[in-house]
Amino acid sequence: MNELFYDAAPNATRVAPDRPKPRQYPDKPAEVVLFGTCVVDLFFPEAGMDAIRLLEWEGIRVHFPREQSCCGQPAWTSGYRDQAKAVARAQLEVLDRSGFPVVVPSGSCAGMLRHHYRELFADEPDTLARVNALAERTFELTEFLLRVCKVRLADQGQPRRVALHTSCSARREMDTHLHARELLGQLDNVERVDHDHESECCGFGGTFSVRMPEVSGAMVMDKTRALMDSGAVEMVTADGGCLLNINGSLEKQQQAFRGRHLASFLWERVNTRARKGAV
Amino acid sequence: MSQRIPVTELAADFRSRATTALADDQLRTNFRTAMDSLIKKRADAFPDEQEREGLRELGNRIKARALSRLPDLLEQLEAKLTENGVTVHWAETVEQANRIVHGIIEARNGRQVVKGKSMVSEEMEMNDYLARRDIECLESDMGEYIVQLDGEKPSHIIMPAIHKNARQVSRLFSEKLDEPATDDVNELIQTGRRTLRRKFMEADVGVSGVNFAIAETGTLLLVENEGNGRMSTTVPPVHIAVTGIEKVVQNLRDVVPLLSLLTRSALGQPITTYVNLISGPRKPEELDGPEEVHLVLLDNGRSGAFADAQMRQTLNCIRCGACMNHCPVYTRVGGHTYGEVYPGPIGKIITPHMAGLNQVPDHPGASSLCGACGEVCPVKIPIPQLLQRLRQENVRNPAEPQVVKGGGSKYSRTERMIWQGWQLLNTRPALYGLFLRAATRLRRLTPKNAGPWTRNHSAPVPARRSLHELADAHLRQRGDQ
Repeated sequence: MNELFYDAAPNATRVAPDRPKPRQYPDKPAEVVLFGTCVVDLFFPEAGMDAIRLLEWEGIRVHFPREQSCCGQPAWTSGYRDQAKAVARAQLEVLDRSGFPVVVPSGSCAGMLRHHYRELFADEPDTLARVNALAERTFELTEFLLRVCKVRLADQGQPRRVALHTSCSARREMDTHLHARELLGQLDNVERVDHDHESECCGFGGTFSVRMPEVSGAMVMDKTRALMDSGAVEMVTADGGCLLNINGSLEKQQQAFRGRHLASFLWERVNTRARKGAV
Repeated sequence: MSQRIPVTELAADFRSRATTALADDQLRTNFRTAMDSLIKKRADAFPDEQEREGLRELGNRIKARALSRLPDLLEQLEAKLTENGVTVHWAETVEQANRIVHGIIEARNGRQVVKGKSMVSEEMEMNDYLARRDIECLESDMGEYIVQLDGEKPSHIIMPAIHKNARQVSRLFSEKLDEPATDDVNELIQTGRRTLRRKFMEADVGVSGVNFAIAETGTLLLVENEGNGRMSTTVPPVHIAVTGIEKVVQNLRDVVPLLSLLTRSALGQPITTYVNLISGPRKPEELDGPEEVHLVLLDNGRSGAFADAQMRQTLNCIRCGACMNHCPVYTRVGGHTYGEVYPGPIGKIITPHMAGLNQVPDHPGASSLCGACGEVCPVKIPIPQLLQRLRQENVRNPAEPQVVKGGGSKYSRTERMIWQGWQLLNTRPALYGLFLRAATRLRRLTPKNAGPWTRNHSAPVPARRSLHELADAHLRQRGDQ
């Protein structure tokens, strides 16, 4: 029986990698790159623009390299490692060209850049060094605004009650789930209300939503019900994937309730011109 | 009594079983209510986040250390147990394990077996095996007793009958035991207890599982809340413990944090009502205890997991069930949907090594990778990472050598080509730009029916202009690009 083991890797004492907590944040940089993410690119471009506007409002010069596309996550979570790696490598090339900090208006894509690229390139020591450097300068939008820019938001809007949906990646991979809360907390006229099972997944999970539509559908049904029952007039989230899932479901259900990207919501609250639709 | 689980015979695949479960409002309410309560109990049991995280880290390291020396610890355990008078048996397969158990019972001409809760015995389908040989094996854990009475299998690794509520149990008892119907949980438990007490006295052999096997002292540690474990292991003249080889730890010191993690993560208890430390059969001067004690150490694919540095982490598991309690998928579809002995997130990552990934090809994908399981795992098994790994193994070319047993069963040339196309699109900026332009300009042509997506969502209509275009225009205006 024991001989079964002697051939096996003898030195595997690996433990789950620890993420440095809490993250150390640098001073506010003069220039950043916005990594738009494919979902925002195609479905919520205004959210991406509002992220740019918020960053520029902070006096930061924002770059948007045209060669960027998708972070590679859909293939990665579907088990297609080689394809994910090829796409990740292309993004790495683009983002390395300037070397500026990278801001991502989506928790799951930020998590891909910051954590999963390391897994993808674990077998390429030379690339791994660049991947680690990229991970170090990758920030999810809310954490960047709050911790790096140290924004103080002056609310220009009318009283409004909102629910906040935090993506699982933001919560569990990026540890940024309290940042959006804190940003909303800075807005004097905004009341954030809790919703039932708030920390539970909305059911998106990328290709999970089409591979297991019954289970995913049950999850998003519960999530949208909880959001509508919360007493909020709208939902805000800093993740494009969740937004696509939740809004798509609400529309299918023919509900008037909708979610909005947090970047758009914040920009509207702090900028009076945006509220009038002048920008 | 049939031990087959009826639900697995309804549909062959996870998705179909899930669809049936999702339509069962009673089932969904039972699970949601129970899981919510367990989530709260666990949270209350770990009021100090720092202490909890420190303990989880420690638990992880203890298990990693034990696994790094697994062959040595198992030999030490065998030597020590033998010294203590316990007979140790090795079984590579469930068939071997069943034969060993049957042999021990036959040697005593046993006909009645009473069993404490043991997931490894479920893995072996021991009840079935013995029943076919005219040996009655009665479950003595209340939850196990209920599912056995109903010809089902456990739907949760620590609360086997959690899919039933009190009313359903009452109906079952009045049907099978001729008991008057009652919704009073205490009365229901008394009913079960009356039947079981008699059986403990009559049984020829008691069977139990093991929570931790301690190498240095040759001790089998067993936790439980009902006393049935102690009865099963001490009243019958023979005690057979069955366990997986990954349960061995170095010493008693290691057990303290693991035990605390186990009971708090499982039911939110600081400690279980009973903690049994079994160190051998009855000694000449002792008044009670079994005359013989046996330990069956089962591999059943565990050495396969051990051989893979990443998948080895699955052997950290101490079977607390916290991952399933916190899983949004498990909560909605229940344990039987998984169609395997071990349901939920942990089941998804340990079953491939036991049964082969081709037996559970839909399991790795039946997750949104939300990470709730990994976040609560007391020994820090990176469950989402391992699910992702299994997805890779699933689509590996079957012509290549497989790393995980039964890998490659989800390989599809068409799907691979789709991802190749996706790769091309996302690595050629000109092509991607063209795609954005086409998708936004032709947005009105987006099909209303987009397969599974439009079952739950409206058709995903692209924006009028992509962020690429909007950002480009904005930056041009700024004089940048």
